[in-house]
Amino acid sequence: MIEIKEDRFLDYFRLDERFPHILCPGCGIGTIMATMVRAFIDLGIGQDELCVVSGIGCSSRVPGYLDCDTFHTLHGRALPAATGVKLAKPEMRVVVIGGDGDIMAIGGNHFIHTARRNLDITVIVVNNFTYGMTGGQYSPTTPTHEKATTAPYGNVERSFDICFIAKAAGAMFVARSTTFHVLHMKRMIELALTKKGFSVVEVISQCPTFYGRHQGIGDAVKMLEWLKGSSVDVKKVKDPWQVKDKFVIGVLHDQEEIPPYTELYQEVRNRAKG
Amino acid sequence: MRQLLSGNEACAIGAIRAGVRFFAGYPITPSTEIAEYLARELPKVGGTYIQMEDEIGSISCMNGATAAGLKAMTATSGPGFSLMQEGIGYSVMAELPCVIVNVMRGGPATGTPTRTSQADVMQARFGTHGDHPIVALCPWSVRECFDLTVAAVNISERLRLPVIVLMDEIVGHMREVVELPAEVRLWQPEKPKPPREEYFHYDDQNNYDARIASFGEGYRIHLTGLTHRKDGFPTDEPEIIKWNLDRLRKKIEDNRSWLWDLDYQDLGSETVIVCYGSAARSAMEAKYQFERKSGKRVGILRLRMIWPFPTERLIGLLRSARRVIVPEMNQGQLYREVERTVNLQVGVVSVQRYDGEMLTPEEIIQAL
Repeated sequence: MIEIKEDRFLDYFRLDERFPHILCPGCGIGTIMATMVRAFIDLGIGQDELCVVSGIGCSSRVPGYLDCDTFHTLHGRALPAATGVKLAKPEMRVVVIGGDGDIMAIGGNHFIHTARRNLDITVIVVNNFTYGMTGGQYSPTTPTHEKATTAPYGNVERSFDICFIAKAAGAMFVARSTTFHVLHMKRMIELALTKKGFSVVEVISQCPTFYGRHQGIGDAVKMLEWLKGSSVDVKKVKDPWQVKDKFVIGVLHDQEEIPPYTELYQEVRNRAKG
Repeated sequence: MRQLLSGNEACAIGAIRAGVRFFAGYPITPSTEIAEYLARELPKVGGTYIQMEDEIGSISCMNGATAAGLKAMTATSGPGFSLMQEGIGYSVMAELPCVIVNVMRGGPATGTPTRTSQADVMQARFGTHGDHPIVALCPWSVRECFDLTVAAVNISERLRLPVIVLMDEIVGHMREVVELPAEVRLWQPEKPKPPREEYFHYDDQNNYDARIASFGEGYRIHLTGLTHRKDGFPTDEPEIIKWNLDRLRKKIEDNRSWLWDLDYQDLGSETVIVCYGSAARSAMEAKYQFERKSGKRVGILRLRMIWPFPTERLIGLLRSARRVIVPEMNQGQLYREVERTVNLQVGVVSVQRYDGEMLTPEEIIQAL
């Protein structure tokens, strides 16, 4: 018989009036939200020390369902807003959740600079290759030639590799997972939360409503099978940055910690006071 | 202690004295000295200065620090102010008190970075989308840069509203010998006391004096730019959309009596100059020169607070005037407000200069 330990899972949600959520049936964001909460619980991150910040879009609605301090900011501005929170209350755990459009397009500049500054923030980028909430337009991660409502003849742009940009911009920890690999995803989020400094977890997620349908991949189940079939563990590839036809999942970058911004700024205060 | 200060420095000093402990900004002429001063002085008082990647990041970062409980400020100029507009709207909607200093330069676009203008009067009022209230203060001297920055912090705390300090380049960069007060009066909002279950972040009936919580205080608040209920959670119920917008508007309507801040003299005169910022300095000189030469008195009505526009006060104060002159360094932005206020009963003359130079007393005398 499986022994169930005290389950605090539901405590982390605002159950009164906030549910049912607005996400479409089959959406991967619910899986990510639940996995994130499991990671908080297992790491002992309490609700009163936690601030979850988001911008705009489907995944940015996640904070509204969580019972902690939550900050639903403007299009693309989750990271600078989170920066303000972290600088004002360095003792708080600041976690950002957002989509590929929100974090990498409109918020792209903030992403690279927050990584460069090494704020002690964990960012979970939900990558479903499309703008879900506005109805399936192409995003910076939509593969070339694929169709979207604003790319009816196929996308001409090349797509971003979120993890590669995160590493190049100076993130301390970069990992990728998918909504199919739930336990793996939880492990990646836990490692990111444990790392001091700027950490990024890209979670590839299914959007059956606006991405799967347009690409002919089908419903949520088929999309999860697609995620399973097109993922490869980082340990099984020679160079994760050279793999083009699969999603390389796992820890892609984990560098030796350097002091995060808040610690360095405390030194500035000490020097200024002389 | 008497000291030689620029307007920008006095503004930064005022911010620290008013309890501002966080500044996020992006360098832009002619406001940069505010950032430079605060980069040096804020860490000494345990505060934080951060230079963001742009003005959009700056205002968002400031909103974050405010949400986490710090008094925060940013400073910019015209083009940066344009980039901040959406974030200012967020401060209005989420009711985050903060101060935005705009040291005005000429525009549109990059315009005239090192020249002066007063061309952001309407941007301050209507720059961001949607119906919303705003408070904008307009200093005319170095001492007032200090005083009005302190006032801006207090008003923003009291009304949970972003407050804009509109300086023009002349006021920001000029130096004067000033004596700053030993003490400044600060608005001290109380912290909320009810248990979490009974706490509503947007429930104050009077739209001021509210006790609100910040992140990290155990209230588990939800802040959003979406139209929300009193508990902070989004809704699109027509009744609540209206309730929310009414609440925001009433912050100004219900508090006009103490908000309006005007400076005036000789209002019984036939001609009254309605002025603000550095153009008011030229107006004052024009008044003296004209009175010496002609023997006639000229009234001066100086707006230290240009938004909310003091319509009702002005109607009363300008009752005996036959002619109103509005000198400003733009193409007549406040002129239109004044004209609308006096409602065709009084002739209103707009004196404009928008070539990047200061409006001179002579130009105003010509209109007198």
